[in-house]
Amino acid sequence: MIQFRGVNKWFGPLHVLKDIDLRVSPGEVLVVCGPSGSGKSTLIRCINKLEPIQRGEIVVDGMPLHDSATDITKLRAEVGMVFQQFNLYPHMTVLLNITLAPMKVRKHSREEAGRIARDLLAKVGIPEKAGQYPAQLSGGQQQRVAIARALAMQPKIMLFDEPTSALDPEMINEVLDVMVNLAKEGMTMIVVTHEMGFAKKVAHRVIFMDEGRIVEEGSPGEFFANPKEERTRAFLGKILVH
Amino acid sequence: MSFFAFLGMQYDFQWSVLWTGERGQWLLQGILTTLRLSLTSWVIACALGILSGALRTVPWKPLRLLAAVYVEFFRNVPLLVWLFFWYFGVPQALPRAAQDWLNHHGPEFWSAVAGLSVYHGARISEVIRAGIQSVPKTLLEASVATGLSVLQAYRLIVVPIALRLIVPPATNESLNLLKNSSLALTIGVAELTFMTRQIETYTAKAFEALTAGTLIYLVLCLGIASIMGQVERRFRIPGLIARAGRAEH
Repeated sequence: MIQFRGVNKWFGPLHVLKDIDLRVSPGEVLVVCGPSGSGKSTLIRCINKLEPIQRGEIVVDGMPLHDSATDITKLRAEVGMVFQQFNLYPHMTVLLNITLAPMKVRKHSREEAGRIARDLLAKVGIPEKAGQYPAQLSGGQQQRVAIARALAMQPKIMLFDEPTSALDPEMINEVLDVMVNLAKEGMTMIVVTHEMGFAKKVAHRVIFMDEGRIVEEGSPGEFFANPKEERTRAFLGKILVH
Repeated sequence: MSFFAFLGMQYDFQWSVLWTGERGQWLLQGILTTLRLSLTSWVIACALGILSGALRTVPWKPLRLLAAVYVEFFRNVPLLVWLFFWYFGVPQALPRAAQDWLNHHGPEFWSAVAGLSVYHGARISEVIRAGIQSVPKTLLEASVATGLSVLQAYRLIVVPIALRLIVPPATNESLNLLKNSSLALTIGVAELTFMTRQIETYTAKAFEALTAGTLIYLVLCLGIASIMGQVERRFRIPGLIARAGRAEH
């Protein structure tokens, strides 16, 4: 579904992704963790070309991203993304936030897009918020709208970039519950997160990044029980201690 | 009259000069011409400003450069010079047919429209650019991530939010445009200031004529500020913009 081959990326002189090789299968749930600045957000932002790469190849759903002939908007329509800061359109109602891309990109009618949006709002547990504006919602509710907005395009892949990091603790679970259900439905997901409970519950594989490299990867069972690398152990020691 | 006499002033006020004979007609004509000139220029200036302001933020350098050249060229020459340039200079360089059209449709008026539009378009452009740059870049990313094109993301998300943010400075620019339209008298447009000067010339009642002009500009500008205040409230984003500090009219 997604394939990285020898991917390298620089921000000016800063080498942020180093020789990344990665393969994600359809239906797989991959959790990416690592210290801040390790390149994990950059890694998933490459998958829908929010960040261009300088060397290597990325193929997503059969489309080569490094090839300039690839229609990038077409690819992005198949890849949903959820951000740390929700990034809802503040001047539009919740319903319009969700129906905009299906109407403009998929050319759905207003009625059809609205029906899909209402189904999704029910699925994420806030059917009564359709007419509200984002700033009138709590953080957890906003993030669930953001997930519904991404799902409305019926994507083949969902990317989550620290979806719960900006949330108050009591709102984290309402968002994670939605993500767990999505994983159980067989969605292909790449999730950058420090929520190790989520990783243990639904991830098929966990990768640990540090300084632009994938340092370690494994099933959640072996990753948490027997981390092989010293850096992984040090990182897990810090975040699992409490 | 008695109040000014009390102050020891000997001036004999004759406010009736403003409406006797055809002079009331003059003032009214002046107001209408000022409004027509300002409104026409404002529409074109906004179009130029929104286009060039948006282009200055796109991720493609030649377009950014083109828009920057427009802004720096047109805002850095005095408006008066632009009016002379568009009135005395440009028409001579136009093809015959265009010159004929101009001569039948008031060359003064359309030269003033051209000068005011390009000058204020360049200034509005900077206001728009500031507005667009204060829309978080992550919103653009979120829009294109759903499959919208960059053009759609600008049209549906970035520009509509930016326009809401810039109502106060845009009001400023609109008021400036209306007031600057008075410079058009220098190329012979019979707008409000032109007409007050004409009343003064005919009656030698400078105080009355210029007081009338002053008050009319004041009323027009307060009217515009009030309309813009209503626009600001109408398009306020629910839950987002604080109640305190909004326009009060």
